[in-house]
Amino acid sequence: MKPALLKVEGLKKYFPIKGGIFNKTVAHVQAVDEIAFEVPRGETLGIVGESGCGKSTTARLLMRLISPDQGAVVFDGMEVGRSDGISVRDMRKRMQMVFQDSYSSLNPRMPIEGSIAFGPIVHGLQPSVARQRARELLAKVGLDPNLFIRRYPHELSGGQRQRINIARALALEPDVLILDEAVSALDKSVEAQVLNLLTELKQELNLTFIFISHDLNVVRYMSDRVLVMYLGKIVEIGTVDEIYDSPRHPYTAALLSAMPSMDPDKRTTVSPLTGDPPNPINPPSGCRFRTRCPFAERVCSEMEPELQPLSEQVSQKVACHMTNPSSGHTKVNSKES
Amino acid sequence: MAMNESPASPSSIDVTQVVAKSRNYWSTVLDRLSRDPVTLAFGAILLLILLSAIFADVLAPADPFKTSMIKRLKPIGTDGFPLGADELGRDMLSRLLYGGRLSLVMGISPVAFALVIGGFLGLVAGFLGGKINMAIMRTIDVFYAFPSVLLAIAISGALGAGIVNAIISLTIVFIPPIARVTESVTTQIRGLDYVEAARASGARSLTIIRAHVLANVAGPVFIYATSLISVSIILASGLSFLGLGTEPPNPEWGLMLNTLRQSIYVSPWVATLPGVLIFITSLSFNMLSDGLRTAMDIKL
Repeated sequence: MKPALLKVEGLKKYFPIKGGIFNKTVAHVQAVDEIAFEVPRGETLGIVGESGCGKSTTARLLMRLISPDQGAVVFDGMEVGRSDGISVRDMRKRMQMVFQDSYSSLNPRMPIEGSIAFGPIVHGLQPSVARQRARELLAKVGLDPNLFIRRYPHELSGGQRQRINIARALALEPDVLILDEAVSALDKSVEAQVLNLLTELKQELNLTFIFISHDLNVVRYMSDRVLVMYLGKIVEIGTVDEIYDSPRHPYTAALLSAMPSMDPDKRTTVSPLTGDPPNPINPPSGCRFRTRCPFAERVCSEMEPELQPLSEQVSQKVACHMTNPSSGHTKVNSKES
Repeated sequence: MAMNESPASPSSIDVTQVVAKSRNYWSTVLDRLSRDPVTLAFGAILLLILLSAIFADVLAPADPFKTSMIKRLKPIGTDGFPLGADELGRDMLSRLLYGGRLSLVMGISPVAFALVIGGFLGLVAGFLGGKINMAIMRTIDVFYAFPSVLLAIAISGALGAGIVNAIISLTIVFIPPIARVTESVTTQIRGLDYVEAARASGARSLTIIRAHVLANVAGPVFIYATSLISVSIILASGLSFLGLGTEPPNPEWGLMLNTLRQSIYVSPWVATLPGVLIFITSLSFNMLSDGLRTAMDIKL
């Protein structure tokens, strides 16, 4: 594997829940709980999971829009926010984010030009140069600068606005682009256009993507590697083929079986996951997935499975007792699940 | 198609872009206003009142302080007194024209001061949130314990009569509502993705406030403040009416209404004139702010 451009170590964020008359912290939402992963330069890492599993929190932690309780983010060998590392401000220049809601992520009273040029101007670029860059970027994301540069966000369609958001994120010439559900709100044909645009831009600008989505088809199309999250934890990580062809964690398998297929022969017959994920304020003991897992046993409630490599040859890592022969789970590793 | 003009001369493009940019939004606002006859009409009335107050010394036919015992309470239309005479025989038209000055100053200046102070407090509280928000907003809540009229009277009474003191007391009365509106709009905007995106681009808080928050907060707050002007005129008149604002013999609509009160049976039409002007002015400010709200709505 290539050296990691972005390395996340033990990242953790618990949101306090305040209550009572004195605003005391009564509980915590365990949004992201000690996750670790690496993203090599030029790769696309897909992050999937149900709503509320911590995908967006992870993105915001990476951007330092919220500060982590624990753990470190190492960017290009430099730890973010440490005196001997890279400052948050410098990191943000090299890592940018595209938000899900294309409308609320653009200032309604600022023309497109101003929105795109804002970042470079903040980082000390001459306003005239920044505006010139905004025009170039508009052309790059497939919008005619002469038509769009003076428009306001409410005059544009969702797809056009998301292109503007991508242009804005690229304005600082970042190395890493975090796409937090960036295409989820678009309709299918526009979504495809934007995805193709992203793929082209990635090639052209040698970008590294972190692609967050709940749409498994889109993640498969975009990603080199996939990270599956459940209730603030990583349950499985591996290459696209490993995850999609031989998922080892029951949650991944259940997610994939819930994936709609165009082929009538592959229509889902078994019912996918039932119920809602447990409350992240008070997650289940041991394995967090055990309350919905068809293979749950006693060991699952007693011990928390660790994210371990499946074998020496593959990069796939799974957090499940069934893949660990020494765990004591009775269904250990019936290799073809 | 796109790039033929851009690389050639960046400086000339700059100018046209800035011009086109500012014209774009404000021209739509003006366009919408021009198609709103009600707002235009009230705007014209307001302009008329404003101009007649400014040019009172040119327009007034007589000295507003000159009394005449034999010409007391002349009805409207008397020779030499187009709008009649008040209880001391002074020319009503002249007094109304001059009175507009004080009334408008006392209507507009407290709101303007409160807009600066309350707007700043609300912006700070809303943008920073947390404990600072708590401290500022709870302090402001204390002022809500009193009805605004009572608060104005209480502060004015404590400071003593006089125009400056009346303006100070009205400013204090208007700071809480303006701060509260600003705070709620700011809090709402602070949570939006474009502020997050600005932060993600590495901008500092002050830059974010200046570039992204201020413009979006200013619209609604400014319109709200406009609607407060009418309240301020009425409250200022009320203070003068109680003898806490303007002191006689200075002409001011509220004070005139007070002194003519006793003559209402003798000369009812003359006595109502200051009240009519207060009503028209405050109504005009209200309608104007309504029209502006519609015209300045970015989403239409």
